[in-house]
Amino acid sequence: MSAAPAAVPAVATRRPAAHPGRRKLRVGLVILGALLLVAVLAPWLAPHDPDAIESNRVLRGITLAHPFGSDDLGRDVLSRVIFAFRVSLSVAVGSVVVAFVVGVPLGLIAGYRGGWVDTVIMRPVDMLLALPALLLAIALIAIVGPGSLIALLAISIIYLPILARVIRSSTLVVSSQTFVEGARARGASSTSIVVRHILPNAIGPAIVQASVLMGFALQIEAALSFLGLGAQPPTPSLGVMLADGRNVLTQAPWVEIFPGLAIAVTVLAFNLIGDALRERLDPRGVTR
Amino acid sequence: MNAVVAAATPGASSPGGPLLQVEGLVKRFPVRSGLWRRAAQLHAVEGVDLEVAPGEVLAVVGESGSGKTTLARCILRLLDPTAGRIVFDGVDVAGVRGRDLERFRQRVQPVFQDPFSSLDPRWTVERSVREALDAHAVGTDEERAARVVHLLDRVGLSPSLAGRRPHELSGGQRQRVGIAAALAPAPDLIVADEPVSALDVSVQAQVLNLLSELQRDLGLAIVFVAHDLSVVEHISHRVAVMYLGRIVETGPTGAVFRDPRHPYTQALLEAIPLPDPSRPSRPPDLVGEIPSPISPPSGCRFHPRCPVAIARCTDDDPEMTDFGGGHVAACHVARARLDRPA
Amino acid sequence: MTALLAVDRVDVDFRVADADVSAVSDVSVEIAEGEIFGLVGESGCGKTTLALALMGLLPASADVRGSIRFQGRDLVPLSDDEMRRLRGDRISMVLQDPMTSLDPCFSIGEQVAETIRAHRPADRREARDRAIRLLRDVGIPDAERRYADPPHRLSGGMRQRVVIATALANEPALMIADEPTTALDVTIQAQVLDLLRDLRRTHHTTILLITHDLGVVAQLCDRVGVMYAGQLVEVAPVETIFRAPRHPYTQALLEALPTAGQARGALRVIEGRVPDLTDPPPGCRFAPRCPHRMPECDRVPPMALEDADHAVACWLSDATRAAAAGEGSVAETPLGGVGA
Repeated sequence: MSAAPAAVPAVATRRPAAHPGRRKLRVGLVILGALLLVAVLAPWLAPHDPDAIESNRVLRGITLAHPFGSDDLGRDVLSRVIFAFRVSLSVAVGSVVVAFVVGVPLGLIAGYRGGWVDTVIMRPVDMLLALPALLLAIALIAIVGPGSLIALLAISIIYLPILARVIRSSTLVVSSQTFVEGARARGASSTSIVVRHILPNAIGPAIVQASVLMGFALQIEAALSFLGLGAQPPTPSLGVMLADGRNVLTQAPWVEIFPGLAIAVTVLAFNLIGDALRERLDPRGVTR
Repeated sequence: MNAVVAAATPGASSPGGPLLQVEGLVKRFPVRSGLWRRAAQLHAVEGVDLEVAPGEVLAVVGESGSGKTTLARCILRLLDPTAGRIVFDGVDVAGVRGRDLERFRQRVQPVFQDPFSSLDPRWTVERSVREALDAHAVGTDEERAARVVHLLDRVGLSPSLAGRRPHELSGGQRQRVGIAAALAPAPDLIVADEPVSALDVSVQAQVLNLLSELQRDLGLAIVFVAHDLSVVEHISHRVAVMYLGRIVETGPTGAVFRDPRHPYTQALLEAIPLPDPSRPSRPPDLVGEIPSPISPPSGCRFHPRCPVAIARCTDDDPEMTDFGGGHVAACHVARARLDRPA
Repeated sequence: MTALLAVDRVDVDFRVADADVSAVSDVSVEIAEGEIFGLVGESGCGKTTLALALMGLLPASADVRGSIRFQGRDLVPLSDDEMRRLRGDRISMVLQDPMTSLDPCFSIGEQVAETIRAHRPADRREARDRAIRLLRDVGIPDAERRYADPPHRLSGGMRQRVVIATALANEPALMIADEPTTALDVTIQAQVLDLLRDLRRTHHTTILLITHDLGVVAQLCDRVGVMYAGQLVEVAPVETIFRAPRHPYTQALLEALPTAGQARGALRVIEGRVPDLTDPPPGCRFAPRCPHRMPECDRVPPMALEDADHAVACWLSDATRAAAAGEGSVAETPLGGVGA
């Protein structure tokens, strides 16, 4: 037995270890679940029409009728936040999902086959990785034009290389395990090995990375919208609200604060989930 | 319950010929040494000949750099040999692909060293054991499940473990699962790469006994790769000793242990620390360490470390000398002793 | 004859998730100056845990009870700083894996010299000279030139020698070697064992050798302690352990050995498995697998002296019974004679 400081006796126990991450996961999931519910049920939850302008309700503070106050056009901030959140969240989650769905197979194949296949796949991917995220998004949008969908695609292009890299690394680790050789010797086809052995064992870190990236994607979407490059009016977006709220910050800070809070809480939820997933997925997987 | 040792050996003279015949096997790996220097070659296996008869256990023993693991992987066709023939049941499988390779894979199965990484941690025991059956679509689902139960029982595991995952089992149990998985397609030959090296002594005994028993009951041939001569004595009919990519000595187990001809074999035997304080073992008279397989020594590869090397050994690669009874060794000095009446 | 190291009723527990693992249970043993003491057992028996406890290298989740007196001083209550001063100086450790024991960024010579300078006021020149001498002592050929070699240039056996040199750098009173030759080839192992034997003679270091390899124990050790599932079950001089083991586990272990040159029938097997240390058997932990199990085995048998130098913890032994009954002496363990 080598004497690494964590020298716990190697006796098999029947009990699966309880995870300190469980609480984190629960909290994160609860928050995210609540937020998702809000996003999905937006039309029914929002007390007012988010675009309804009421000039006599301009810049009111927090009241019963307007729990988040009203903005400079008399629109209900709460309703706007709910709808805007829906848009921002869709873009954030959607972009990461797209990056995942495209990036994971690329990384898997590159890692498993190695050699020239690896080079052909990973060089362009690495080049993408070298470019700064926000600048890349802005450049893409400058070429194609602004909009939520473009923002979604731009963000997914940014994050695709990260996910591809992550899964490529874990694929390399898993592929070196003897059970993969055993599978070949038992007659399993390459496809079968990649899908049934490698993928389940290698996907863990990619999932963790993806959940954390969702938080970042949300922030990028907000930044893009803030700059006017993402969601275009009349589509509400948290970023747009942040931009608008700047003008009335001293008079009516709630117009700025609540969208900002929405972003922060969502990012927190994603990070909690990512953290908890990492603790959970790693010990039971290949990196034993 | 007797373990199988030497004596009545099904040798190469058995009817129908040997099950496995390796001829002139070579495996080299390209190695990058420096950015602009030309790629060097790692000579892992350099011309290996060996034979395994049906139902026979051949131990292949060597230290690091000997090429024994590479040899095992070539035989299993997990690696493609650089040159040479691997004749299995009369057919050269060295370059075989597709359907023929599939058929070969059903008849030759591996057992690996590391009980931790040799099973997919996310697969249940049952799924791992029936992998070969599922891959080749053998029988119905129920038939495969029944076979799994039978196999688990055969290797001394309770069938109730079928639904468990590897991390719930001990090292010895995992190794048994690996053996059960190897037995699933009813192979003729098992290539075991250091199957007990990672196990505790008491568990080693259990697994070795199991292998002996299975070998006897099922008529399995086994190529048993090991670094420890003491482990193979109890289970093998014949032993082949490897050094730096070559086989230096082969013969019936008893003969090799009693009368080792090659200086390296002698050194290996001498080096084993005997669990007997009244018989102190001196380290063998070997000089230095195993050279790199990238640039192996000229002539007899062992000569730089050999305590009895003569001038000829530096230039001349020795041929195999036959010492009778299937016992051969490649050594100039040993041959000279043979020719000279004692 | 003073005990260099006196371990007295040491328990080590780990908190893992929501369970307590009893890794070492009530172990008492003494090691005399100048001897090579072998601590033997299979994986999970607690020998490495005990060694780490001696070195103060256990993680924070470990709970150590009892006393460990080194040169008369109890190590258990010492602070991290105080332990650090001892490590590499008075007590040193050689670990199993030569590939990762050395820092790949520094030359082998520098690593030896660094150990010297960490504990003694020595200038670079002195430390370097001493390091070269040590490298020579451990059999590194051409030590002066190889001083500057990075570890990856050396083979496993050579690296292990460098690690041993680092361990000897400050002439420690006690060297703990945890499976020092397990990762090495048999022929290299033989050389390193020979080296350890020589070094014991020339440097007068006491060695605590931890291993599962009974062959290594037989060749190197003066006295042997056998551990099973966290309990120390038998302590005796090496010849006695091999010739006349008393404890059923020791006996079974010896019988399970596949030995070269002694072709026997099927290898004798120990039925059963190691116990779950989060829920160990109440008394003797080997009882569930023991062919001589008796009802009293549900109580922990105390270590007792069978003969002047042979201690056993087993209800089959009269001495143990006597000790439990209050007559005779419960041995901490006998001190062995100093080996040559």
